Amino acid sequence: MKQLVEELLKGNRRAAARLITLVENEDRQKTELLQAIYPHTGNAYVVGITGAPGAGKSSLVDQLLQEIRAEGLSVGIIAVDPTSPFSGGAILGDRIRMQDHALDQEVFIRSMGTRGSLGGLSRSTREAIQVLDAFGKDLILVETVGVGQSEVDIVRTADTTIVLLTPASGDSVQTLKAGIMEIADLFVINKADLPGTERTVAEINMMLDMKNSASWRPAVIPTVSIRGEGIEELWTALKEHRLYLETSGQLAEVRLQRVRRELTEQVEYLVKNRVWAEVKDKFVLEELIEKIARREKDPYSSACELLDSINFFESKS
Amino acid sequence: MTSKKIRVLVAKPGLDGHDRGARVVARALRDAGMEVIYTGLHQTPEQVAETALQEDVDVVGLSILSGTHMTLVPKIKRLLVDNSMKDVLLVVGGIIPEEDAMVLINEGYADQVFTPGDALEKICSYITGHFT
Amino acid sequence: MDNSQKMSTLKKRLEEWQDQVSTMAERPVSFNTISGVPVKQLYSPLDVDKFDYEKDLGLPGSYPYTRGVQDNMYRGRYWTMRQFSGFGDAFDSNRRYRYLLEQGQTGLSVAFDLPTIMGYDSDHERSLGEVGRCGVAIDSLEDMETLFDQIPLDRVTTSMTINGPAAILWCMYLANAENHGVSLRQVGGTIQNDILKEYIAQKSWIFPPVPSMRLITDIFSFATDHVPKWNTISISGYHIREAGSTAVQELAFTLADGFAYIEAGIAAGLNVDTFAPRLSFFFNAHLDFFEEICKYRAARRIWSRHLKERYGAKDPRSLKLRFHTQTAGCSLTAQEPENNIVRTALEALSAVLGGTQSLHTNSMDEVLALPTEKAVTIALRTQQIIAHESGVANTIDPLAGSYYVEALTTQMEAEAEVYFDRIEQLGGVLKAIDCGFFQQEIADAAYLYQLAVERQERIIVGVNRFNSDEKPQIELLKIDPDVEFKQVEKLSKLRKKRDNNAVSSALSELKVTAATNENLIPKILAAVKCYTTEGEIVAALKEVFGVYKEKPLF
Repeated sequence: MKQLVEELLKGNRRAAARLITLVENEDRQKTELLQAIYPHTGNAYVVGITGAPGAGKSSLVDQLLQEIRAEGLSVGIIAVDPTSPFSGGAILGDRIRMQDHALDQEVFIRSMGTRGSLGGLSRSTREAIQVLDAFGKDLILVETVGVGQSEVDIVRTADTTIVLLTPASGDSVQTLKAGIMEIADLFVINKADLPGTERTVAEINMMLDMKNSASWRPAVIPTVSIRGEGIEELWTALKEHRLYLETSGQLAEVRLQRVRRELTEQVEYLVKNRVWAEVKDKFVLEELIEKIARREKDPYSSACELLDSINFFESKS
Repeated sequence: MTSKKIRVLVAKPGLDGHDRGARVVARALRDAGMEVIYTGLHQTPEQVAETALQEDVDVVGLSILSGTHMTLVPKIKRLLVDNSMKDVLLVVGGIIPEEDAMVLINEGYADQVFTPGDALEKICSYITGHFT
Repeated sequence: MDNSQKMSTLKKRLEEWQDQVSTMAERPVSFNTISGVPVKQLYSPLDVDKFDYEKDLGLPGSYPYTRGVQDNMYRGRYWTMRQFSGFGDAFDSNRRYRYLLEQGQTGLSVAFDLPTIMGYDSDHERSLGEVGRCGVAIDSLEDMETLFDQIPLDRVTTSMTINGPAAILWCMYLANAENHGVSLRQVGGTIQNDILKEYIAQKSWIFPPVPSMRLITDIFSFATDHVPKWNTISISGYHIREAGSTAVQELAFTLADGFAYIEAGIAAGLNVDTFAPRLSFFFNAHLDFFEEICKYRAARRIWSRHLKERYGAKDPRSLKLRFHTQTAGCSLTAQEPENNIVRTALEALSAVLGGTQSLHTNSMDEVLALPTEKAVTIALRTQQIIAHESGVANTIDPLAGSYYVEALTTQMEAEAEVYFDRIEQLGGVLKAIDCGFFQQEIADAAYLYQLAVERQERIIVGVNRFNSDEKPQIELLKIDPDVEFKQVEKLSKLRKKRDNNAVSSALSELKVTAATNENLIPKILAAVKCYTTEGEIVAALKEVFGVYKEKPLF
């Protein structure tokens, strides 16, 4: 493992690929591995791209890559597709649109299945980002599943979040959940050669005008990604947002919050695993559950009893 | 704790556009619980090998219906070996005469060759069988 | 008894019969057509009660052409027996063409190799291993000259299966004809030129849809003025079916493409009657015998009705759906390949009973490799036996009036209309391609079909039933690996000996024109005449037009 991390830091693509697999498979060495690479992370800028399926996220990434590579930046891409809840399998086809960049040594593309996660990213996306960050990528683009259900994951993960819409969704701009308006740092109206583009742009601008609370006002950029139109403007806007975050001190603030959350989550994760391991050792849970179901006990005092039995409260004091 | 899944690259090297087989097989592999990465059509051997590397797949499945298998399969195998992926399972499907299939397997370029009429079940169980 | 009394008596009797029959055991298989359409035990006058002979059938050669597009159909002359072939270099293929013509074949059909189809020259890195494999390698006018050496272009018609770069290969053919003193007004033939089905099913695309459609309307317009006997497009359901569609999807998607070309021509300012008569179709002949026959009959009826009613065509020639048929490659099995001769014969018979204008019969070994001369000969003989021995060509549309055939024809027409409405709702064919509608429908149908085969609901003899372990013992055609080397060498000589100044100025003119709305065909013609290669022309056009990328759909 140590050797793998060394190879990663030297820029070995095979090592990067292997390490992502290890974290994704919840390998026993995962924590150790993430510890080893952590000191080498924090340099990459992370951009999230979300939007409904069919909005053209992959084509947009493909086009954006050209702009980014023209400036000489190296790029990691994580493209997330849904895992079938029935079979546990997945077809990951996002990279079809990006294969022109497959042989560019400064571009690394990885497809991931959600594997049961519901938040638009896979369970291990954040860890995969760490690997690509330590790998030395300047910029990491994360393409979400785009379920339009829960976009929390991406905001918590990305420095800049791009929300992709199409004019076809124009009718529904009004009904778009407030959530999606909140998370966007940039709006892209893709397939802007379709009728209804101007109206969609106007509607989004109107909604942004109404909420005027934040100091950053998201730009609304029409693109036709299959023809490369509007991509330069998007790239410029992306850089402007980054500059804004950096100069206003918000980037540091956001990243601090992210670290706080990661620490909290990690602690909760460890506590949870530890507690359950001990509780399951001592109790036959099913019996207790049945008692609660029969109303012979209640879940509240039962929980306290469980924790008491492993001296949880004592160890706390 | 580990939650390993078999990752399969389904690739269409060469210029032929007949992707019915590749797509049907991709769906069958997904329904058998595997993660299938599809490259799309018209891939060069270099693109296939590099994608296999980045995606760290366990299996590379090549679909070739244009008769170029004797050129493309050995080339892709060599590139995979160069990428330290010599152990990746390499299977080929398509219009491939028996005689050529024997050469590909005996020379170590491919682990298995499937031809029209082979059942999806056979392909899926060949792969899962290899990893159990 | 008047008619309605007769019908109600029949209805009663049928119901009694139905009750009786429904208690009887049936074979444990699916009684659906190969496309999944349920088939009843019995068809009767009740299934065609709304049928109106004049309105729904008419006479051969008259509206709505259900019974055929020519007045006397095969009583006048048989369909054209046109075997699709091509392999190796132009010299090899020329020899095969002359052999086929000597054997009584009546038209030529050129198969190009994949580099030619995709617009790459033989010496391009992407052509590695592909040159001359699946068809003949054509890089420049020089190869076209060799390909048709000693073949009378004023008498033999040629069909060329080429789409993305159709304009270029067509110009090479025209330039060669002119060099042999055959005027453009005399030459006849067909280019497939159907780019929509490439995005939908066949996947040999080059440029994005909009510039591709422009090249097609440029061809329509140039042919109308200068090459009046040329079939400018062969709107193809064949590949849609091969990609796994059902018969109804093949019918509906192909005709929807046809309507899209009509609309594109009209939008380009052409009068529908100036180009519609030169549009032709290309269907698949799969194994479900009656379903296929009904498909062809429904296709003619739908086309004429839409052309007349929706597009206001006046010229009867615009209303006639003429079509070529090829037996289904996807129905051939690698196991016991000789059985494929029988499959092909049945499929060919359905095409003939469905009134095809020309026919390709597959060779038994095509599922294993390109066909040998022996296999091709058997395939051609199959057509000759149907024509000369079976007697089916003695009378026109012999299955008309069959309750089953008429009911299924009408049902397929209705189901196709449902698809037309859905496509319309999606905003037309291009929009439907963009959102992956066709691709998804076909992928689903293909997967369902495969699952039915695996569950043995559908029997394929020698594959999932009645199979033997014997390996096929048939001889296969080998492509000489030297072909690629020789072709590359020939090309490098050409690049040295031609007038390269003329080539570069032709290419820059081409690029300038591509960026305007001006017709591109004269510029392409000028470029091929000075031996600019296909790959050079395509590369130049890519600079202006861009390239297409596929949708990730499963």
